[in-house]
Amino acid sequence: MELAAYFASLDPVNLLKSLPGGVAQGIVWGVMALGVYITFRLLDIADLTVDGSFTTGGAVTAMLILGGWPAWAGVLAAILAGMLAGLCTGLLHTRFGIPAILAGILTQFALYSINLHIMGMAANKSVNPDKFPVFITSRHVPAAILTGLVIAAVLVAVLYWYFGTEQGSAVRATGSNPAMSRALGINIDSMKVLGLGLSNGLVALAGGLMTQYQGFADVNMGRGAIVIGLAAVIIGEVVCAAIFRKGTNFGVRLGFIIAGGVLYYAVMTLILWLKLNSNDLKLFTAIIVAVFLAVPYLQAQAKSSFKLAGRRGRAAEKGGSEHA
Amino acid sequence: MLDINHISKTFNPGTINEKKALQGLDLHLGEGDFVTVIGGNGAGKSTMLNAVAGVWPVDEGSILIDGTDVTGLPEFRRAPFIGRVFQDPMMGTAPNMQIEENLALAYRRGQRRGLKWGVTKKERAFYRQRLKILGLGLEDRMTVRVSLLSGGQRQALTLLMAALQKPKLLLLDEHTAALDPATAAKVLELSDRIVRENGLTALMITHNMQDAIRHGNRLIMMNAGRIILDISGEEKKKLTKADLLQKFAEVAGVQEESDQVLLS
Repeated sequence: MELAAYFASLDPVNLLKSLPGGVAQGIVWGVMALGVYITFRLLDIADLTVDGSFTTGGAVTAMLILGGWPAWAGVLAAILAGMLAGLCTGLLHTRFGIPAILAGILTQFALYSINLHIMGMAANKSVNPDKFPVFITSRHVPAAILTGLVIAAVLVAVLYWYFGTEQGSAVRATGSNPAMSRALGINIDSMKVLGLGLSNGLVALAGGLMTQYQGFADVNMGRGAIVIGLAAVIIGEVVCAAIFRKGTNFGVRLGFIIAGGVLYYAVMTLILWLKLNSNDLKLFTAIIVAVFLAVPYLQAQAKSSFKLAGRRGRAAEKGGSEHA
Repeated sequence: MLDINHISKTFNPGTINEKKALQGLDLHLGEGDFVTVIGGNGAGKSTMLNAVAGVWPVDEGSILIDGTDVTGLPEFRRAPFIGRVFQDPMMGTAPNMQIEENLALAYRRGQRRGLKWGVTKKERAFYRQRLKILGLGLEDRMTVRVSLLSGGQRQALTLLMAALQKPKLLLLDEHTAALDPATAAKVLELSDRIVRENGLTALMITHNMQDAIRHGNRLIMMNAGRIILDISGEEKKKLTKADLLQKFAEVAGVQEESDQVLLS
């Protein structure tokens, strides 16, 4: 009976209503995931700076818009602030020999205070879209989706171009084989700093978009950003690999990361619609990411593992003795 | 072309694992010299090559390449002078990148990497022609990721990459040791050819005495961080494996049987 009541209480119209908003947010998080992709996949560094730099981007954008700047200028400043945060992590890592993951944690930790300073020691700054000129807002979701898609498309195109250049190739080479890169005259320390800067610039840009979209900047808005970014990257990759079995162009793969962000938020919207406790969202996200990260490993295990080899060996022995 | 002046290197100084890997080593190579390097485990062969490549700084002495003092330069700043092939076939190429992308990276060894496109059409034709030399059919698979190639294929590609932008010095660190005998022979022959055709100055470490005798115009033997034997020209051409073992025994003052173990 309770179950029937539960299902009766679910309103499909509500889902349809809330889905576009999820899509818009998904695009913004997809942009953020492009930044995560640069460090996680191209540089082979798990950079935890992003939890802080996402908020930094949001805070800078909010304060500048409140200070009368046009929104686009606020977002540009956010990008620069994010790059600075990435630079900080990069220098801690390359100049002072601190392991990358720890360097990211340190910067992220420090950014909490810095973000509060940026917001004038307020934990929350509201940017009312009625009073201030924002270019992406939840008040007009269809327009927000369109704007988000245009921005995402431009960013994908720029990244596609950059990582095809000599310098972008050097960044990729650094992540793929550092020893070879050094031997070929690539300053791998510089490439890592550069990659971390670019990545956090993108993440801060996404933070600036999110602040406008939701109408406020919050000192905790970046919490868990790395996990959401990873989720978008991994979901995008899995879907892309399923569609293009023979692999595809780098630009298309970047596009699927945006799609990964959208899919992630669509699932989150669905979960909320199912009236699951929203406090459990982080748990669900972590489970999704863990599962997707485990899939490639488990697939390899399914093809070749000691367990399988042992089973095959026993079967062959049995078959052999029957023949003898 | 290469002047190694009295270099020393001690690893883990002042600890129980202290190892004097190089002890006042001197070596001078003329242009076009192809020197094979032999010696037992721990003799300092790889250490010498790494010192020249700049993997870490030396404790004493100086290293000059074509008259330029590179002693104070880090590895990536020495890259304009040096082409390298490592023992591990996985080390010389970027697995996640395409064959042509790897070649393009090597083609820009030691040059500024700006915002120009990473692989141009003109280069592609050049790479195709170079890949044909290998005879592995890689010229028709230029957009394949290198991770899909075998160890031998990757090593051949690395060799090609090392010489794509003519280096002043080619360093081959037991680059056939991890390959099967047939592939090793092929890669070695290819090394010979690339060195000869480009007139390269090269240092090649090998564990195979026969290879050391057959290739190059000069042979050096190392022991305990020093060069204990240096043979070139006519004398080297007449060299046999037995000679080498005997000379090793004379110079190093060790019994012949243990040398066999050390060298072969």
